Amino acid sequence: MAAVPMTHVLMVAAAIFGLGLVGVLVRRNIIFVLMSIEVMLNAAGLAFVAAGARWQQADGQVMFLFILAMAAAEVAVGLTLVLQIHRRFGTVDADAMSRLRG
Amino acid sequence: MLGLLWLVPAVPFAGALVLILAGARLRRTGVAVVGAGSVGVSAIIAALIAIRFVTLPPAEGFFTQRLWTWIRVGGFAPEIALRLDALSLVMVLVVTGVGFLIHLYSTAFMEGDDGYSRFFAYMNLFVGMMLVLLLADDLLLLYLGWEGVGLCSYLLIGFWYRDPVNANAGRKAFIVTRVGDTAMAVGLFLLVTRLGTLDIQGLMQRAVDQWAIGSPLAVAVAALLLAGAVGKSAQLPLQTWLPDAMAGPTPVSALIHAATMVTAGVYLIARTHVLFTLAPSVQLAVAIIGAATLLLAGCSALTQHDIKRVLAYSTISQIGYMFLALGVGAWSAAIFHFMTHAFFKALLFLAAGVVIARMDDEHDMFKMGGLRHDLPVAFWTFLAGAASLAALPLVTAGFYSKDLILVETWSSVLGGPWLWIAGLVGAFLTSIYAFRMVFLTFFGTLQKPPTGRSGWRLHVPLIILAILAVVGGFVELPATLGDRPYFSDFLHAALPAVVNDAARAGAIARLQIVAGLVSIAGIYVAWALFLRHRSLLARLTRPRPARQLHHFWAAGWGFDWLYNVVLVQPFLWFVDVDRRDAIDRVYDGIAWSARAGWRALSATETGRVRTYATGLTLGAIVITAIVIFL
Repeated sequence: MAAVPMTHVLMVAAAIFGLGLVGVLVRRNIIFVLMSIEVMLNAAGLAFVAAGARWQQADGQVMFLFILAMAAAEVAVGLTLVLQIHRRFGTVDADAMSRLRG
Repeated sequence: MLGLLWLVPAVPFAGALVLILAGARLRRTGVAVVGAGSVGVSAIIAALIAIRFVTLPPAEGFFTQRLWTWIRVGGFAPEIALRLDALSLVMVLVVTGVGFLIHLYSTAFMEGDDGYSRFFAYMNLFVGMMLVLLLADDLLLLYLGWEGVGLCSYLLIGFWYRDPVNANAGRKAFIVTRVGDTAMAVGLFLLVTRLGTLDIQGLMQRAVDQWAIGSPLAVAVAALLLAGAVGKSAQLPLQTWLPDAMAGPTPVSALIHAATMVTAGVYLIARTHVLFTLAPSVQLAVAIIGAATLLLAGCSALTQHDIKRVLAYSTISQIGYMFLALGVGAWSAAIFHFMTHAFFKALLFLAAGVVIARMDDEHDMFKMGGLRHDLPVAFWTFLAGAASLAALPLVTAGFYSKDLILVETWSSVLGGPWLWIAGLVGAFLTSIYAFRMVFLTFFGTLQKPPTGRSGWRLHVPLIILAILAVVGGFVELPATLGDRPYFSDFLHAALPAVVNDAARAGAIARLQIVAGLVSIAGIYVAWALFLRHRSLLARLTRPRPARQLHHFWAAGWGFDWLYNVVLVQPFLWFVDVDRRDAIDRVYDGIAWSARAGWRALSATETGRVRTYATGLTLGAIVITAIVIFL
């Protein structure tokens, strides 16, 4: 199996992270914001796996499992909040919820 | 028994504390029992101590109770110590006794007031502070009581603070007396730096040892203490606060004028009489201030329409007599007049309070009249008080005390005919304005019938005080009328006797006859002008100069106007200018930049999650860049 160069993997990870970040910053629909966060988490996981392969260590894969578990929990909590927000405000527009304005 | 002395001021303090902490939860009866009861208990203890003191006098003539050392700084260690001697005993008896009667009266008089417990808390504190002032063995403790009395007078004069007039009157009393207090504080500093102690007895001893008669330091200290006494006792030139102090409830006026506060200055001078003996020029000033004040205030009292203001000017005038007596070295005569004055002035105020309350808060005597049948108790007691104030010969207490002052003013080496004449003219004015009040209020045609009724708690204090105002003078009978000077003899343990000029000492009987005739003549003039021939009065006041003089006297000789122009207005002008000075710009700038920063920062708080996420991202990029490139 031809080894994929480290730099390529990291570049892909960076690209996915950037896409997620742009999604978080640009999208107003709160569900898309959550999905973008998932994308960013996966980019970080990919970087961990690549690093683990590079140094022949299992730590990278362990970290990815952690991230996976954490992402699952985060989605559970996040979707609950989204449901509540939808019920209370009748919208999923993140910008509509700005009552903490200074 | 004498060991209970500390309880005399402590009980009123405890009463005040209970009323301050729990007054809102107590019922009215509870407040009345605590408020009047604490002063009553204090009066009973004082009476028991007095019996013990008189029957079994302490060996040195005084009793000292050291409670604890206040502070100890270097060699200066003022003590919280109480001292009971003949002088403070007399004062304490009058303050607690008259104070209790006024409290009893107040329980009924203030019945409908919202601030019932607040009123009694202040009153108890007032009496407690006055007792500290009287019993203090140390000038620092005396000064504590002195300031405490000033504070309570401010609180009580402005008791109905919702009306700005009353609040301003309270403030005026506080600020004007503060002028004197500051001078007194400077005097105390001078004493403690020069003589190293404030313990009164030690101080007097050292003053006599170190200072010659008329030495500059003694004169300076005595003058500063005199300034303090002048402020507290409302004498020339700091008398302007007292007429305005009528803004307080009537029992407060009675307490301030009769038993506490204004007599503090007289007490201070009597207590430190050694210093004044060392400064003969200041002592002469005391006499002249007293004589001038009693004449000025007597003239002003003649022209007032408000019955309480007449009484206020009359207080200033009577304290003037006490100052006159102190100035000529007749120390015990001053204290004697203080005692009789406390009886009849408290009586006059309380009786006037009954009249005012029953006339629906009417203060103007010219709108009263003919009340003697409708208000018999108030009439007879007021008559007793007025007769005592006018020094009606032989039958009133006021005659004996005022006569003693006049005689000793004449015969003392420090006095003389001029001061005596001033006192005599003052006595004439006094009996005119005293009976002017009686005739205008109780005689003539009934203008408006009184309403309501007054209960026993109003009448009992009036009757007791009326009896005292008549018989209170028999403790000191002059040489021509039985020669029983019990009061002076008792006080001579604490105060020296007057030094008489041999050449003038012989004419006592003639002086007394003159004084008695003057008093009766004054009553006759009042009867003629204000009851019998009212048209004569109108004719007398019609010419322009007479009208102007009337206005001038009614306005208290223009002192308020003078102080307003000379002191208050320039000060307000300066304050107004000072408000816009350059230094304030710095602080204004700090405040402005803080406000601008706040505005800028609060603009970043948009409340939108996306903005915050952007902020986080930019922050992360900047920190990463710093880590990588630096």
